[in-house]
Amino acid sequence: MRRGSWFAALAVLAAVVALAFLLVPVLAVFANVGPGELLEALGEVEAREALWLSLRTTLLALAIVVAVGTPAAYLIASREFRGRALVLTAIELPLVMPPAVAGIALLAAFGPRGILGPAISGAGIELVFQTAGVVVALVFVSAPFFLRQAIASFAAIDGRQLEAARTLGAGPFRAFVTVALPSARTGLASGLALAWGWALGEFGATLLFAGSLQGVTQTAPLAIFADFSRPDGFVSALALSAVLILVSAALLLGVKLLGGERALEGAQRP
Amino acid sequence: MRRALSALGALFALLLAGCGGGGGDSLVVFGASSLEGAVSEYAESFPGADVKTSFAGSDQLVAQIRQGAAPDLFASADTGYPAQLHREGLVGKPRVFAANQLVIAVPAGSEISSLADLAEPGVDVVVGDPSVPVGAYTRTVLGRLPATERRAILANVRSEEPEVSSVVAKLEQGAADAGFVYATDAESAGEKVRTVAIPRRLQPDVAYAAAVVAGAEDPAQAERFLDGLIHGKGAADLRRAGFLPPP
Repeated sequence: MRRGSWFAALAVLAAVVALAFLLVPVLAVFANVGPGELLEALGEVEAREALWLSLRTTLLALAIVVAVGTPAAYLIASREFRGRALVLTAIELPLVMPPAVAGIALLAAFGPRGILGPAISGAGIELVFQTAGVVVALVFVSAPFFLRQAIASFAAIDGRQLEAARTLGAGPFRAFVTVALPSARTGLASGLALAWGWALGEFGATLLFAGSLQGVTQTAPLAIFADFSRPDGFVSALALSAVLILVSAALLLGVKLLGGERALEGAQRP
Repeated sequence: MRRALSALGALFALLLAGCGGGGGDSLVVFGASSLEGAVSEYAESFPGADVKTSFAGSDQLVAQIRQGAAPDLFASADTGYPAQLHREGLVGKPRVFAANQLVIAVPAGSEISSLADLAEPGVDVVVGDPSVPVGAYTRTVLGRLPATERRAILANVRSEEPEVSSVVAKLEQGAADAGFVYATDAESAGEKVRTVAIPRRLQPDVAYAAAVVAGAEDPAQAERFLDGLIHGKGAADLRRAGFLPPP
């Protein structure tokens, strides 16, 4: 046996094991629930309301993330300043924060007894137990996915292009819209898809910060959790899980087709 | 490099060793969320076995057992779930080991003083999910009210929490104006919450039953643990936490 061939065999084995381990649970969801059962379970009011609420809250959260995150990312990407690494770390922190910690942190900040709680209720805004609270939780956990990708994409733009636009008389806003946005669009789109996927799956922060009530704060992941512990709820839990898996798979595939991998590599660049 | 690899291997083996099912003298107890304080204390002092506990909503524990989780003892905040599991052959014969009372908990300084106050518009009420015992007991109480009052209170429900401890947490955070919890939870929450009694005629029968799980490694040990909850150190710990003797 040639030296190294055993390693190649080992690597193939490792790849097969890894793939099987990751795929089996996903496939098991579909193996456990037939198409008929799936449709029937999805026809229940609770499931429908949960999916509809998930759709509304995630889209609203994404709109906020994009509206605020795009210019913010552009600024951070195009300026050199002291403490940049710290800013980037702060932006990425929610990525690695356990969801329960995110929920506690949101309560400590925006909850009725949180440091900003009195100001928020003083302004007549209610977040806890409200759909708005779900959106706040989703923005908090999903924004870093978009911001990270957007910063990397803007940073990868050739500075000379922007300079050329400026010498041709374009103001900063015009240069941003006509040069920066089109060049970064694939990166922005894949960041958006990842943020959406993450927002759809958010559980802990929503439950701790916004609570769980059908039609108001009970998003699909919360409904799955509630279903799991109900008598005969396992099938509904599987059906909702199947929908979330399909949507997430579509989003990931979208990222791949958009060339999001290139943009992800861009994230590594300084 | 080679040394780093072998060090990594050794570390891996060490970590893996801690992940096994535990030795013969360890006892795994699944307990209702409300039992956490008292049963943890009892578990720590239980002689003869290293007791590992897991506390969650009784309904979640039931779902886990139905999906194949294999603790040695299951202690529920009701008698219905252990009876169901017994019929399914998943646990032995359940025994009732404690009782409790349902109360309304409100944040300290709240002006709520009766069940009727919860029907006022604008009062944020938090309850347990219908499948968790505390949520089921809550609905029993509400079911004994006149229809208009019941509907008004249900309309004020802002969240259905998965377990009683998260109802208490919402009150401690000042997020809710009132919640239905067990008397013992309100007591252990200390000064942050105050309780409002629920009239005796509306009180549900809150009884805790436990059963040895089928396939327990050492059923005798699990039975001994349960014995202690009925009359022994565990019972004393339960009384100190405010649980009542079994009816």
